[in-house]
Amino acid sequence: MDDQSTDVVPGTLDMLILKTLSLAPMHGFGIARRVEQISRDVFKVNPGSLLVALQRLERAGLLDAEWRETENGRRGRFYSLTRAGRKQLQVETAAWDRRVTAINRLLRAEG
Amino acid sequence: MLRQLRRGFTALLFPQRTDSDVDREIQHFVQQRARELEREGMSKEDAFRNATIEIGNVTTTREHVRSSGWEHGIDTLLGDVRYALRRLRRDPVFTIVTALTLAMGIGAATAIFSAVNPILFRALPYPGAERIVTITDRAQDGAPAEPTYGTFEELADRSRSFETLSATDAWRPSLTGTEEPERLEGLRVTASFFQTIGVLPAAGRNFDDAEDVTGAPRVAILSDRLAKRRFRDSAKVGTSIMLNGESYQVVGVMPPGFVDVMAPATDVWAPLQAQRRAPPASREWGHHYRIVGRLKAGVDVDAARRELASIASRPVAEFPRVVWADLGEGLLVRGLQEDVTAAARPALLAIVVAALALLLIACVNVANLLLARSARRRAEFALRAALGAGGRRLARQLLTESVILALIGGALGFLVANAGVGALVALSPAGWANAHVIRVDAAAFGFGVIVTTLVGLTVGLLPAVGASRADVRGGMQAVSRSVAGSRNAARGMLVVSEVALALVLLVGAGLLLRSLDKLFAVSPGIHPTQVLTMQVVDAAGRNRTDAERIAFYDQVVEAVRNIPGVTGAAVTSQLPLSGDLDGYGYSFAAFPDRQAGEDGAAMRYSVTPQYFQVMGIPLRRGRLLDARDNANAPQSFVISESLARRVFGEADPVGQNVRFGPDIDGSRPWGTVVGVVGDVKQESLASGNSAAFYVPASQWRWTDPVQSLVVRTSGDAAALTSAVKRAVWSVDRNKPITRVATMEQLIERTAVERRFASVIYATFAIAALLLAAVGLYGVISGRVAERTREIGIRSALGASRTDIVQGVLANGLMLTAAGVAIGIAGAFAASRLLETLLYGIARTDVATYASVIALLTGVAMLACWAPARRAAAVDPAITLRSD
Repeated sequence: MDDQSTDVVPGTLDMLILKTLSLAPMHGFGIARRVEQISRDVFKVNPGSLLVALQRLERAGLLDAEWRETENGRRGRFYSLTRAGRKQLQVETAAWDRRVTAINRLLRAEG
Repeated sequence: MLRQLRRGFTALLFPQRTDSDVDREIQHFVQQRARELEREGMSKEDAFRNATIEIGNVTTTREHVRSSGWEHGIDTLLGDVRYALRRLRRDPVFTIVTALTLAMGIGAATAIFSAVNPILFRALPYPGAERIVTITDRAQDGAPAEPTYGTFEELADRSRSFETLSATDAWRPSLTGTEEPERLEGLRVTASFFQTIGVLPAAGRNFDDAEDVTGAPRVAILSDRLAKRRFRDSAKVGTSIMLNGESYQVVGVMPPGFVDVMAPATDVWAPLQAQRRAPPASREWGHHYRIVGRLKAGVDVDAARRELASIASRPVAEFPRVVWADLGEGLLVRGLQEDVTAAARPALLAIVVAALALLLIACVNVANLLLARSARRRAEFALRAALGAGGRRLARQLLTESVILALIGGALGFLVANAGVGALVALSPAGWANAHVIRVDAAAFGFGVIVTTLVGLTVGLLPAVGASRADVRGGMQAVSRSVAGSRNAARGMLVVSEVALALVLLVGAGLLLRSLDKLFAVSPGIHPTQVLTMQVVDAAGRNRTDAERIAFYDQVVEAVRNIPGVTGAAVTSQLPLSGDLDGYGYSFAAFPDRQAGEDGAAMRYSVTPQYFQVMGIPLRRGRLLDARDNANAPQSFVISESLARRVFGEADPVGQNVRFGPDIDGSRPWGTVVGVVGDVKQESLASGNSAAFYVPASQWRWTDPVQSLVVRTSGDAAALTSAVKRAVWSVDRNKPITRVATMEQLIERTAVERRFASVIYATFAIAALLLAAVGLYGVISGRVAERTREIGIRSALGASRTDIVQGVLANGLMLTAAGVAIGIAGAFAASRLLETLLYGIARTDVATYASVIALLTGVAMLACWAPARRAAAVDPAITLRSD
């Protein structure tokens, strides 16, 4: 774990989870790992926050969850994206893009 | 959404399952991480330990996950409710007293407002009722007097303010030709009457103008209840009924539930058929009509009032007026609502004030109880705050407790209100408009609950705010003196206000009860026990002669006298204290220059000779009427004492010549006063005029078709009712009998409004006294508890038990005295409301105030006694050691 790692940007955890799950169904630990890997260990996912977020997203109908065998023969809770989840991901991605663009524009503004 | 609910309920119903799901997921997480670390080269144990550390406290995480769902709110709420119930159970005295206080306040206020609302304030059940006004004449002294038909005729022609203007005349026809003869409450009305009040017959048709002229065919409209009661469904429109021996065709039936609020008992209406432009000596110029009008749209009551005032002050030649209806004092124009509630208003307003006072006391008491409780719970709150409960969490807990208390109090209050409304309807004076529609009013109930709850909440929340801010250590160590002091001052003030309010109610109750006492101490002038009375109606056609009528009543008296248990019977044209009122002017030959009737009217009683013995009216001078005074003998009068004194002072009136009533025109020879009897109250016990002429029924100018039979019995008077009725009907099966009552019942009824107000005030005053005592007890107990240490030190230093008891009592007495002082001022102001209900007593009656203050102080001392004893029992050794 290098010292550069930080918690995920506040408010983006949901989006990151949705994005990760859009690639493949996964259990909680897998999601955390995947976020850390893809972000090249820039983001570190707090397990407590992750589980709360998963619970909330499932409640909201954006995720489905089921207990399934993992690759190493244990039982894990696998999450997958629902249709509503997919749509939500698009919405959040678009919103995020807009915000990032705006922030970049501000930061690069000269004079 | 559905999923949210389902998962929420699963979590609520099966908390273990949800927890174990979360636990397993956390487990899984830890395992995965441990394997990863192992792969990176850690030992198995280290890996597991590191993974566990990384994920943090499992319980915290679980709690975190758990508190994220909506069901968490409910879970907390249920926890709060459970906790609140536990706290309330642990403090049963507080809970019961608070709940009962709330129930009393909410219940009483709800019941009273439920009763008063429909009577005083609810719109009358007529469309556009606010545009209906009544017009009343004014007598010479400005007092309201019923208008004449002559006045109506003039107003109907000259006034432009009304859509329709109608006149009505009371009518009590006898219904015959059916199984039992019956006297009906009826009204003769001008054709536009139903348009004026805005309700038309549901079946059949309204009267038309052609039917409202003398000599027109007789038609009638029936109330739905009469149609159902007497004719089942046979009273179809178009059938005929016999009223006063004449045939009337039924042309309409009013809708079910229709009530004429001006005469609620009315069951039959017929056209007035008054004579137009009647001569002065006719019935049309008598003061016995009512005028009711519907204002045109856009004309308000004030405008109508101005127009009528100008008509009254400018007579025109086209409408000549008579002296006794010259409208010299103007006309009284009132909204219908105001008119019909005028009689009940003073009593009801006084009662509303009493109910408000009680509600206020209940609020104060609840505030007081909650403050006392929060003082006791300071340590608890400090502890919970120390353990991490936030201010909002504590506030929420207190809120839950208050709401639960309010719910319990409200539920009990509803029961109280229901019982109260029942009692009120049973108690309410007959003839109060709308009394039949009284039921528990949801709005009033809600108001009561909200007010008391708001007070509870506000007061209940104070300690929570305090606790969340308070220095936790201070709270846990001991009750800090200064805070306790200020709270004590607040509670002291609350108790003072309770005592003051209780005093106001007690004074009101005292004044009313003493008035009732004084009123019933007034002698009615008759001997009312064991006297049965009833009206017997000689319903026969127009061809009945006076001689036949007199013979009929004589036979009735004879038949009744033969009933075993009857010691005497007589008939009279009017019965004292029954609502009858029949007075005439008189002129004595000894004072020829005095105008007839100048010094007021005197009552006329046409009686059969035994009347005085049956009623127990004592002879003062001369003789009573007897068999000598028959139709052929010269006119004899017996007069009342007060009339004799009014006219002759101390001189003997026996033998004096007098003309009375219609005879003052001089068309008949003088009559002679043969005797003087004691005064009898006619209108009510409270009203004074007892000038009276007793005339032999056979000598009066006419024979009344409705007379009251009075029967003296040797046993219980009411028990003979059916025997007397049978005796009457043995003479003639077709004669209706009405208004059956013992003389004692009639007397009781004349004071029913005062009694109504008194019962309610007394009930409220006792409740207020109890509440004030409870409040005082609470405050003094609290003070003793807080001062235990001080008391211990004082007794260790040699203070005797008496000293300590006295100290505590003095404390309570000071609060009481402050309350009494404020209360006296309040009672003095509030008693103004009661003034019209008082009799024979000033509203500043010193004796009442003194006894009420004594009572209140006594109860206050009793309330302080227990805490004083507790203080005296403090063991100095234990107290001193405890710190």
